[in-house]
Amino acid sequence: MEFLGEVFDWFATADNWTGTQGVLHRTWEHVQLSVISVAVAAGLALVPGVILGHLGRGGVFAVAVVNIGRAVPSFGILALALPVSIKLGLGLGFWPTLIALVALALPPMFTNSYTGVRQVDPAMTEAATGMGMKGSQVLWNIELPAASPLILTAIRISSVQVVATATLGALVAWGGLGRFIIDGFAQGDRVMVFAGGLLVALLAVLTELSFSLFERFAIPKGIRLAGRSAASATAT
Amino acid sequence: MILAQSAKDPLIRWDWVWDHTDDIAAATWEHLRLTAVAVGVGFVISMALSMIGLRFPKTYSPITWVTGVMYTIPSLALFAMLVPVTGLTFLTAEIGLVSYTLLILVRNITAGINGVPDEIREAALGMGYTPRKMFWEIEVPLAMPAIIAGLRIATVTTVGLVTITALITFGGLGSFIDSGLRRFFNTEIIVGVVLSVALAVVLDLAIVMIERWLTPWTRRRATAGN
Repeated sequence: MEFLGEVFDWFATADNWTGTQGVLHRTWEHVQLSVISVAVAAGLALVPGVILGHLGRGGVFAVAVVNIGRAVPSFGILALALPVSIKLGLGLGFWPTLIALVALALPPMFTNSYTGVRQVDPAMTEAATGMGMKGSQVLWNIELPAASPLILTAIRISSVQVVATATLGALVAWGGLGRFIIDGFAQGDRVMVFAGGLLVALLAVLTELSFSLFERFAIPKGIRLAGRSAASATAT
Repeated sequence: MILAQSAKDPLIRWDWVWDHTDDIAAATWEHLRLTAVAVGVGFVISMALSMIGLRFPKTYSPITWVTGVMYTIPSLALFAMLVPVTGLTFLTAEIGLVSYTLLILVRNITAGINGVPDEIREAALGMGYTPRKMFWEIEVPLAMPAIIAGLRIATVTTVGLVTITALITFGGLGSFIDSGLRRFFNTEIIVGVVLSVALAVVLDLAIVMIERWLTPWTRRRATAGN
């Protein structure tokens, strides 16, 4: 209980919130890098995933990508991103963390956009073709709306994972909330370690919750099938 | 000792690898042990939670909600909150690792058992099976493919997460990643990553073999041309 009191005091201290090493700035760094990483990964992965799904090619590749993505530890990706970043002359901090987070977010985005388009009921696409739609119209008007739950699920999963892993960026001299944990460990400051852990946990849960809410509003009732169960089914 | 690699150094320094085979073997063993305990304990807890959720359907959504939150909290954050309480111990590492397996396993066990056709249940009841006997002798074996699928995901995920326990003085093969990262020594990073991926693949294959052995009927059906 005494310990929780110290944690409370830590949060009640104004100095811990302001300045470049304060909670507010660290949270901003964390969110900023996460958003950029997810956006870059979405830009790189969603379009090829959707197009390959539309053409019905690359299924083996899609499965392999997600399995390899799961087997490679995120900590390992971050560690490997460091020499890559140094080799490219990008140095420490922002860039190695960004490279690692993008690499981490790519597999689920690619595989879910592929699977989402691929698993659209052929009866629907055939009916659309029969009504005279071109391939691109089928993609835009039929396949993409029907695939939207799985694609949004992928963005949610990736975002939560990215927010979680951005914490490790502190190991390669990036800021973010991970600093409190890593620096706390280094300085033997248990209160700061705990406070950092709490902040990261809150941010991750908040990310998950806001995406779940968004999905609830964004996806029309008609196609809100079993998006979640389908997402976990791709895992096997 | 500074081992910073210059640009001229090869990608991986094999002499370092040959000099550290004992350390590598010890780390692999620790990795295996952390993974096995986490998945084993996680499976037992998940089985109990699934049985509660199946027996009392109202509890299912709170169970998935709580395990879902545990799954969402980043491992490093969880370790950071546990260390002040449980210290830098094996227990801390395992609490974090186990908590990640729960959602995956509970979902798969429950989905597998809910997927057993009602006709089979009725037939079993008609033959005089008690609910308990039916659960262990009919429902669980038929749900085995889904349960095994969950075990595979949980195992592969755990092998990856074990590397992060390097930050709380464990880590198995992750301790090489950690130390390589701190010393800018690529060989160690590569050894840690490659071996942990290899371990995940090997364990995944091992579980597939166990599944074949546990569910011979799925093979027979496949050869019968289903």
